[in-house]
Amino acid sequence: MQLATIVKGAAAAAVAVSLATAAQAEQLKVGFVYVSPIGDAGWTYQHDVGRKEMEKNLAGKVSTRYIEKVPEGPDSERIIRRLARSGHKLIFTTSFGYGPYTLRVAKKFPNTVFMHATGDKTAKNVGTYLARFYEGRYLTGVVAGKMTKSNNLGYVAAIPIPEVIRGINAFTMGVRSVNPKAQVRVIWTGSWFDPGKERQAAETLIAQGADILTQHVDSPATVQAAEAKGVYAIGYHSDMSKHGKKAHLTATVHNWGAYYTKIAKQVMAGKWKSGAYWGGIKDGIITLAPFGPAVPADVKTLVMEKQAAIAAGKLHPFQGPVKDQDGKVIVATGKVMSDHDMHGMNYYVEGIVSKLPKK
Amino acid sequence: MNEDQIVQLLILTLKGASPLIFAALGELIVEKSGVLNLGVEGMMLMGAVAGFIGAYEYGFVVGILFAVAAGVLMSLLFGVLTLSLVSNQVATGLALTIFGIGLSAFVGIPFEGKKLAGSIGMINIPLLADIPLFGPLLFKHDPLLYLSIVLFGLVTWFLYKTRGGLILRAVGESHDAAHALGYSVIKIRYIAVAFGGAMAGLGGAYLSLVLTPGWEQDMTAQRGWIALALVVFATWRPARVLVGAWLFGGLTILNLWAQSQGIGLPQQLLTALPFLATIVVLVLISRDAAMIRLNAPASLGKPFHPTS
Repeated sequence: MQLATIVKGAAAAAVAVSLATAAQAEQLKVGFVYVSPIGDAGWTYQHDVGRKEMEKNLAGKVSTRYIEKVPEGPDSERIIRRLARSGHKLIFTTSFGYGPYTLRVAKKFPNTVFMHATGDKTAKNVGTYLARFYEGRYLTGVVAGKMTKSNNLGYVAAIPIPEVIRGINAFTMGVRSVNPKAQVRVIWTGSWFDPGKERQAAETLIAQGADILTQHVDSPATVQAAEAKGVYAIGYHSDMSKHGKKAHLTATVHNWGAYYTKIAKQVMAGKWKSGAYWGGIKDGIITLAPFGPAVPADVKTLVMEKQAAIAAGKLHPFQGPVKDQDGKVIVATGKVMSDHDMHGMNYYVEGIVSKLPKK
Repeated sequence: MNEDQIVQLLILTLKGASPLIFAALGELIVEKSGVLNLGVEGMMLMGAVAGFIGAYEYGFVVGILFAVAAGVLMSLLFGVLTLSLVSNQVATGLALTIFGIGLSAFVGIPFEGKKLAGSIGMINIPLLADIPLFGPLLFKHDPLLYLSIVLFGLVTWFLYKTRGGLILRAVGESHDAAHALGYSVIKIRYIAVAFGGAMAGLGGAYLSLVLTPGWEQDMTAQRGWIALALVVFATWRPARVLVGAWLFGGLTILNLWAQSQGIGLPQQLLTALPFLATIVVLVLISRDAAMIRLNAPASLGKPFHPTS
């Protein structure tokens, strides 16, 4: 008797739930998979800023859900599948290592759209998207090249994959475009997140005479070290000026919001098509953070000019002559590097003192 | 590389080794009492977050007290489970680490990215700090770094020069014999475990208050496990723990320095080098098997119940 009542009650509740779902059927459910905690700066933080912006732009039309700190491995497949099964029709997987798992889940959910950030393989319902971070790196390099007094610049980097190496090279190209005497030193910490080691790396670079630091790691420890030691720093991912009021010169900032809004609109209208997207400064997906108080007016003007030139397609960070560390010409004068060649970058350009770790 | 640079790198080494010295000395006392607490990483994280919250709200002294309290509370949780309820020490320690990672992340959410007002400051020992080169290296540090060295002295003195140390070692050697002699094995182990928690808390606080002021989730980045390994490879000798921590810290810095100087070695080897070299050196200085048996607490990890 009692059991029967409970069962009936449950059935009624189930009906109520399905009615509620039907009422919201117009809403597009969008899922996000994040590799690290959202935190207050860094890669995942900027994706979450983009998610919120999309929610605001499409208020009432979309509902979003995110799962943070999902390891890049078989575990991610379970998470992606769970999102797909629970009716999310658009899923953003925001780290390189999710690639094979995104593709595998996508096969089983042909009516769901998957977007894989920094990915290299597409499928019928899997698109990839990436930003031309190197354009921002080049511009911050111009700032550093203009402002260094010791001609010694420090770079704290995580793991030597082409994406990170491209950033270091683009920064160096920017530096050398305005200051051919300046040199860049690189320290790899071997992990995306280890504030203690990042701080030590930053202080080691400062001890060697670096007067401007930048970084490609997930914590703001490098900017904090610069602030504490009285040198300058350039942020990455997000505006890190709150971690170094005096030290922070500018930063390469990722803006995903407008792009996420565009994709969600396409999916809702049934007009989405698979492809590999690589947007840059001209698309607004990469911007520079506001300049810090230490940056002089003439440097600001120069950087804004170069930014406009990149947006107009008149300037390319890797336009010839590009030489590698040993002086070998990679791109001849008058030519620019192809997207394909940029994807596979595994060498340092001229101007970097450190050696690339061997594989 | 000039002398100034060498001094700078050595100072970085001392700072990098400090959290390891705190955590490893604490764990050494715990293990000497016959208890294996694998929860060091979790206790360090709780110490780091509590230390930061305390320092952010009430200043550095309160921060350090908070860190100690958080470490002690975490270790007492471990104590209740393993000592009073006789649960498996290995499993409970691992659970404590997982619990600490999660809980510290949760209570730390409102404090992520917050900045401390001011820094913990330096203690310059008068006159001595002015000696060229050696002054800054030896007599110009933050208070917690001095504390780690003082605590090293105290731990060594306690273990080998006091009656209390003898009793602690006896409990770790054979809890049945110590019990038969009338010592309260459980009580002594509780005190040892709590001391280990306090030290792990201090190690965490060193990270969140001195090395990289600020709280970030998982900021200890496996240092708790390194501290645990140091204790074993130092064959439960405090002086070797100190040497091991400095060696590890120094090689980490040397690796960073070599990289930026353009010495191109495989990345994986460079990252692994501090671990490998520390292990090799500690194994070499303690290769006498008889001495290892003498120093290793014979009852390590074995459960004890007074009625059994």
